[in-house]
Amino acid sequence: MSTVTPYRSPARPGRDGFGPLLHAEWTKFRTVRGWVIGMIIAVVVTAGLGVFVAKASASPSCSAHSSSGGSGPVQHGAACGQPVYPVGPGGEPVQDEFYFVRQPLAGNGGITVRVTSLTVLTDAGPGPGPARRPILVPWSKAGIIIKAGTGPGSAYAAMMATGGHGVRMQWNYTQDTPGLPGTVSAASPRWLRLTRDGDTITGYDSADAAHWTRVGTVALPGLPSTVQAGLFVTSPPHSVYTSSLGSGTGSTNPTQSTAVFDRVSRTGTWPASAWTGDYVGAGGLGGEGNGYQQVASRFTVTGSGDIAPLIAGPLNDGPNITIRDYLLGTFAGLIAVAVVATMFMTAEYRRGLIRTTLAASPNRGRVLAAKAIVIGSVAFVAGLAAAAGAVIIGKDVAHSFALFPEPWPTELRIIAGTAALAAVVAVLTLAIATMVRRSATAILIVIVAVVIPDVLSAPPGIPAGVTDWLLRITPAAALALQQPAPQYYQVQANYMPSSGFYPLAPWTGFAVLCGWTALALVLAAYLLRRRDA
Amino acid sequence: VSLPAAQLSQARCGSRYGRYGRETLHAEWTKLRTLASTGWLLLAAVALTIAVSAAADAAATCPSGGCQVDAAKLSLSGVQAGQAMVAVIAVLAISNEYSTGMIRVTLTAMPRRLTVLAAKAALVAGLVLAAGAVAVLASVLAGRLILPGHGFTPAHGYPPLSLGHGPLLRAACGSVLYLVLVALLSLGAAAAVREPAVAIGLVLGLLYAFPVVTSVVGDQHWQRHLEQIGPMTAGLYIQATVGVHALPLAPWQGLGVLALWAAGALILGGLVLRFRDA
Repeated sequence: MSTVTPYRSPARPGRDGFGPLLHAEWTKFRTVRGWVIGMIIAVVVTAGLGVFVAKASASPSCSAHSSSGGSGPVQHGAACGQPVYPVGPGGEPVQDEFYFVRQPLAGNGGITVRVTSLTVLTDAGPGPGPARRPILVPWSKAGIIIKAGTGPGSAYAAMMATGGHGVRMQWNYTQDTPGLPGTVSAASPRWLRLTRDGDTITGYDSADAAHWTRVGTVALPGLPSTVQAGLFVTSPPHSVYTSSLGSGTGSTNPTQSTAVFDRVSRTGTWPASAWTGDYVGAGGLGGEGNGYQQVASRFTVTGSGDIAPLIAGPLNDGPNITIRDYLLGTFAGLIAVAVVATMFMTAEYRRGLIRTTLAASPNRGRVLAAKAIVIGSVAFVAGLAAAAGAVIIGKDVAHSFALFPEPWPTELRIIAGTAALAAVVAVLTLAIATMVRRSATAILIVIVAVVIPDVLSAPPGIPAGVTDWLLRITPAAALALQQPAPQYYQVQANYMPSSGFYPLAPWTGFAVLCGWTALALVLAAYLLRRRDA
Repeated sequence: VSLPAAQLSQARCGSRYGRYGRETLHAEWTKLRTLASTGWLLLAAVALTIAVSAAADAAATCPSGGCQVDAAKLSLSGVQAGQAMVAVIAVLAISNEYSTGMIRVTLTAMPRRLTVLAAKAALVAGLVLAAGAVAVLASVLAGRLILPGHGFTPAHGYPPLSLGHGPLLRAACGSVLYLVLVALLSLGAAAAVREPAVAIGLVLGLLYAFPVVTSVVGDQHWQRHLEQIGPMTAGLYIQATVGVHALPLAPWQGLGVLALWAAGALILGGLVLRFRDA
């Protein structure tokens, strides 16, 4: 009699770790040709549409001109008859046009003034009566300013009375903080004061010159020792926007403000010479009628323009094209990513592979996690490649002459945000596909929730009121990650989702998508455990 | 009375052809009718169209200074969302059979593949026609009820929406036909690519790509051309009742562009169905 040794497989027992599970899911993804091709299509379509837009938006005469160049550092903008935008200290394009009654201030010092009136006129249009009529422009500005120089885009801090928002302190184009409320008049004048101490400028306001309130203290790094300081008046155009079916229409009329200042007093080292009045910006050519009159210590200053960040997009005065426009293929890329992510799960059910998968790895929650990590990572890489490709190639073919210049952190956020968007949408799709198991239903839910709200905001879409609401609550809110510039409440402009101004801030919008995804993942894990495969 | 044998067989053959078509149609109708999802999706298409139209009506305003809004187009804007559901209905009519393997039974029982596709097309078109008519009529009704409360009054140049008005009647009927053509385009695409997720992604990507791209392209020349060839942009010209002469294509020509897309997709789908193993 001999003992029979029971057969033992020579294969080593597999480790029950998360690593091998991830490896298994990655092998599944990698070896299905259609899915890999689907991801490549997502990249190619997104980047391709972006390059097409860049190409089609560059007017032919301009690209011909700049490609035939080679005569030294020609500015494309100037060569193409496009305006060249001044850039503020923060790197953003700005408008810096106003009438400036100034004197140089050497070293530390300050200026105090009383504003007794601010009136705005606009063209009355055709018809009888006077050619110009008074109008309320909420952000017309009159006050005092300390500025690094008269060059457009230079650093500044200013205290001002406005047409409809009380006294404000504003600095470096994008920053704003409120002071005394109410409009300025002879009966209720406003006292304004600015003091400079090194790089620090402090603004005060008062209604009676007895009780002063500090409005703000700001640091302007690199302020030269001699700065330009004095009175300024500026007046943004009066704009009316009506949004209809996704595209905005509007009318813009130039305005001109006149303010009366008196009781000008100064501390510090000022020259004894008289005041200089000139128009800053636009090559020194302001509108007709800008200027100032001095009678004793009473100044009447008239100016137009604005000191504010430029706003991109149609109907606005900034550059028309932003790098977000090069990323408009995102919707198509997301559809492709969602198709692949759907099939990554539904194919398991359709082929019966899910039973093998769950037999090999009985912890179902882990299977879902492994799949989510694999598809999310692949989608992130695809999204990053697509976004970076679209932006880099797009900038190259368009010669960037009418492109909204972005500070690099914003550009990074837009590109990395697009990749994150692709990754989280892939995970959301996977979770939905796990819940519904049928690919048609899953893809429909994702497209309706993620893609359609954005698509409907483009013309011939539906009114902005509906899309605004949809872009707050649906996962499509995460498209705010591609917002090219902030929406400034202190600048009146046409802020439409179709030109990249979403109702939510970039990371808030992303949080909405992440919330939906977390909810879907929890439900999917629950259903995967509770239902038979 | 006896007919010559040849004539007799010809007559029989003819009637057999007719019966064959009818039976295919009946078989397809049974399949479509007994799927629970068909009813739900049709309901969803109607509901989504009406809901988006009504929301658009409610979000629009016409201030006292007057406005340039095309009230007919506004009240029919739900079609832009409803078409997604319609596309899904059409895709599922054929892709579901590939998902479940039913297609092999279907083609064994009815070997004339193009007849099968034609039967599916006829049935899907009929269903979408009926659902689209309900959705569009309700959308117009919603516009008639909601719009006057938002400044779209006769004083501002907007008489109440009424199907007796020629351009609105054209826009409404055209919108129903638009949905039917989108369904046929989707059916053709689904017959060609088979996988439901891919077909739905492809069709919706194709439809929505053109309006998104044209909204950003700055060059007028490109913009016009893209709008003319896009199935959604050109097809929706049928909804325009204001500034019709300024459109890149006449309304019916625009719908014709969509019809060409649908015909192309059906031909492609038919060829793939005919010459590729199921």
